Amino acid sequence: MEAIILQILNGLDKGSAYALIALGLTLIFGTLGVVNFAHGALFMIGAFCAVTLSRILTLSHTVIDESKTDFLGNPLKVDVPYVYDFFGQATGDAIIDWAVPLSILFAIPVMMLIGVVMERGLIKHFYKRPHADQILVTFGLAIVLQEVIKYFYGANPIPTPAPEAFTGSFDFGAMLGFDPNMIIYPYWRIIYFIFAAIIIGGVFAFLQFTTFGMVVRAGMADRETVKLLGINIDRRFTLMFGLAAAVAGLAGVMYTPINSPNYHMGMDFLVLSFVVVVVGGMGSLPGAVLAGFLLGTLESFASMGAVLEVLPGINQIVIYLVAIIILLTRPRGLMGRKGVMED
Amino acid sequence: MAILEVKNVNKRFGGLQALGDVNLSVEENTVHAIIGPNGAGKSTLLNCLIGKLIPDTGSVMFDGQSVLGRKPYQINQMGISRVFQTPEIFGDLTVLENMMIPIFAKRDGAFRLHAFENTFAEKHVMDQAMQMLEDLNMADKRNFHSASMSRGDKRRLEIGMCLAQEPRLLLLDEPTAGMARADTNNTIDLLKQIKEERDITIAIIEHDMHVVFSLAERITVLAQGTPLVEDTPDKIKGHPKVREAYLGESA
Amino acid sequence: MLGLDSKDFKLLLIVAALTMLAPFILNPFPEGSGMAQFNAGYPDLMQRFVIFGIFAIGFNILFGLTGYLSFGHAAFLGVGSYGAMWMMKLFSLNVLPAIAVGIIVSGIFALAVGYVSLRRSGIYFSILTLAFAQMSYALAYSVLTPLTGGETGLQIKSTDNPLLSTIPEGEIGRASLFGLDMRASYEMNAGDWLFTFNAGYYIAALIMLLAFYLSIRIFRSPFGTMLRAVKSNQTRMYYTGLNARPYTLAAFVISGMYAGLAGGLLVAMDTQVGPERMFWTASGEVVLMTILGGAGTLIGPVLGSGVIKYMENILSKINKDILHEWFAFLPDGLEDFIVAIVYPFVGKGWHLTLGLIFMAVVIFLPGGLVQGGQKIARLFRGKKASEDSDEKSTQSTPAE
Repeated sequence: MEAIILQILNGLDKGSAYALIALGLTLIFGTLGVVNFAHGALFMIGAFCAVTLSRILTLSHTVIDESKTDFLGNPLKVDVPYVYDFFGQATGDAIIDWAVPLSILFAIPVMMLIGVVMERGLIKHFYKRPHADQILVTFGLAIVLQEVIKYFYGANPIPTPAPEAFTGSFDFGAMLGFDPNMIIYPYWRIIYFIFAAIIIGGVFAFLQFTTFGMVVRAGMADRETVKLLGINIDRRFTLMFGLAAAVAGLAGVMYTPINSPNYHMGMDFLVLSFVVVVVGGMGSLPGAVLAGFLLGTLESFASMGAVLEVLPGINQIVIYLVAIIILLTRPRGLMGRKGVMED
Repeated sequence: MAILEVKNVNKRFGGLQALGDVNLSVEENTVHAIIGPNGAGKSTLLNCLIGKLIPDTGSVMFDGQSVLGRKPYQINQMGISRVFQTPEIFGDLTVLENMMIPIFAKRDGAFRLHAFENTFAEKHVMDQAMQMLEDLNMADKRNFHSASMSRGDKRRLEIGMCLAQEPRLLLLDEPTAGMARADTNNTIDLLKQIKEERDITIAIIEHDMHVVFSLAERITVLAQGTPLVEDTPDKIKGHPKVREAYLGESA
Repeated sequence: MLGLDSKDFKLLLIVAALTMLAPFILNPFPEGSGMAQFNAGYPDLMQRFVIFGIFAIGFNILFGLTGYLSFGHAAFLGVGSYGAMWMMKLFSLNVLPAIAVGIIVSGIFALAVGYVSLRRSGIYFSILTLAFAQMSYALAYSVLTPLTGGETGLQIKSTDNPLLSTIPEGEIGRASLFGLDMRASYEMNAGDWLFTFNAGYYIAALIMLLAFYLSIRIFRSPFGTMLRAVKSNQTRMYYTGLNARPYTLAAFVISGMYAGLAGGLLVAMDTQVGPERMFWTASGEVVLMTILGGAGTLIGPVLGSGVIKYMENILSKINKDILHEWFAFLPDGLEDFIVAIVYPFVGKGWHLTLGLIFMAVVIFLPGGLVQGGQKIARLFRGKKASEDSDEKSTQSTPAE
């Protein structure tokens, strides 16, 4: 029982990341009909937004501290971050410590902007081209974005810790009345899950309850008719692209403490996210979320020792295996609409 | 003798009865038109004949054999060729290549791995294709990229491709829809010529009465998924039920 | 000639001449000169040119003709490599049986993967092939370690004792063709120039020519026409009494066998293989090669693989010092500025250049470098060509 709960919990954070990326992918596919292979790169750029902000916050100038001396007796030079100058040392330290959560505020406008520029500058020219061309051009874009990041930040993973308050773990098992120390779970992972749930809820509420969202949903169902009604659907779809980029970016920002960001993390997640989208059903938002959590959990169950004894290596391939079975037996996915991309 | 026999065919889409007890028989070597107002079930019927849809009940026999449950390419191999409402041709290929494909298909069946012969060195196929293009007056366009031709020419090519298979039954789905007057007349002339020169049965679904009355020998009128009357063109013209069906639509 | 029309035969002759004279053509700069680093005429790279050429030619038979975009072709390359490797470890160090086994194993694997994947088309097909390839990679990395050597891969070791080869105790076997070592080279000095003729390269090049010849035959055959028909209009195909599935499956298996051939050759030239050969980036690379050169054209994939392998090996070598040397004639400030601008695109950043070129090709030149070449050629032919270009554009020009 403990083992099962632990695996479900372990599946949640990965599942959250899958769900968030897949949500954006399927949003773009549903609204614009574009298969975006650069979406993983947006996730990666989001993560580097966090890296960038924490670098900005730790920008320092050197001052000579007369009160201390080095071993030669000369006055010691110390780096003082500019935030100390503005806010004092205590607040400054807190700000630096909270760099990752603060990056959310930083990442939203940046990612929206990147998304909108991407859509206006490149993707819109590919609406009428075949899916293969869309895959290829966004694949090329993903390489470019990834190389740009590599140029500026190097090829090595950059550790970006969570605020100190959340770095520990808590004993989830004891809370539920099991033996202590059976189910230990890091705080940040539960925060990631809650964060993902809020974002997903926000996106759904936005689409469900605002006029803007209603128009977009109508446009997803029948673009031509909405256009005939005199609504500028294109501009809304551009904004949806920005929104999808922001969702992917936020997923990346918050993932940095779990996995130190590197320039190819986007591609690693992209392949799996596409599988998630397909399993959930191309163009289905609830499907993407459901499939994200399902596959994340499935993956962590497959990596249990007991399972691996029976089926060695299953943890490596279980997601692909599920995808293949789903595609062959139910090509529209778990919750996909009939007729979307089916043939 | 009836080459195509449709008996008691029913097809429902959810709550909509698209076809209700359709009975139809098409005599060999005739031109049989199926007409009817929009939503009468013409296209549904056609799709049941060529394997795209499977009727809920009833039977469809072609030359004494059931077509139901066969794949479209198998039904085609039985001797039924179909011309589509929007011409379906191989747009990336030249006109000549388009014409050679059905001839290869007729010679080699559904699949053959003929990977080392040269397409244009297959003299027999080449001759047949050129002959067919000449019959269509398209020999001079043989090297055209077929997607760049006019709709009339595409239609002509498509009909030619179907004929090249030497089918026993040619199904035409609104062959002149969306065509300019001149192209329509050309198509009518082509079909007339085919009817005179070949032993072939033609079933045609059409909206344009001008086309129907210049070609058909028998006409079935379909309304709300059921055949209303079946008769010769002359009798159909003045038939009260037909007028009612069409006037009912326009009113 | 050889069952080809004169135009195709000319193309084959050109490719033959280029590959046979490659040690000269790729080494235009004298040894020891500043430009010598742009010489690509060393055996290792030349072998890779032709081997990845074969891989791309095979990929093009699937993607170029049928339009089915496989994102998992590296799996067949990897499986072919493993198959060939085991043949050399167990049976004989002769490369021919190893390559043959590579082709057969890949063919069988492609048949299985294709049978399943081709039940879907479009992006679903791409994802299915990707999923299969990633599974192969993951399994080769972990569970199948006894077969694949896991992370370290397979090499020929001194303990290997192939059935048909007699290796003295404790010595490591070398891949050979009836006793001719693949690494045997003859070096020719001509003035300042040094040309290397490598046995392995010439064997790979001959096999590449054969593979290229076969692909021309396939392109020009009724089978090839049928594959283009699949890409063009599957509905018409089915209503012409043709079954598209076996055609696409045959194309898939053939292109899988080409990948297996390339995989076998890689092992024959450099006797080692690891799972990273099957990683999806490797599958992406062959897609890049084919599109960059020109999908659906005969020579495109060969060109594309040449360009990418050249960039990978040569462009990536350029470092800051070399750039400074080049722009030394400029005033200091300007020199630094230009170097700073150019530097991100070369050396370790060559992938950036690749990505940009690739995007530009997809956006502006969907026909790849071949289309670009045709456009330039048309430009040079001048006014006369533009007069009859209207007629040209309606008449389809057969793929080069």
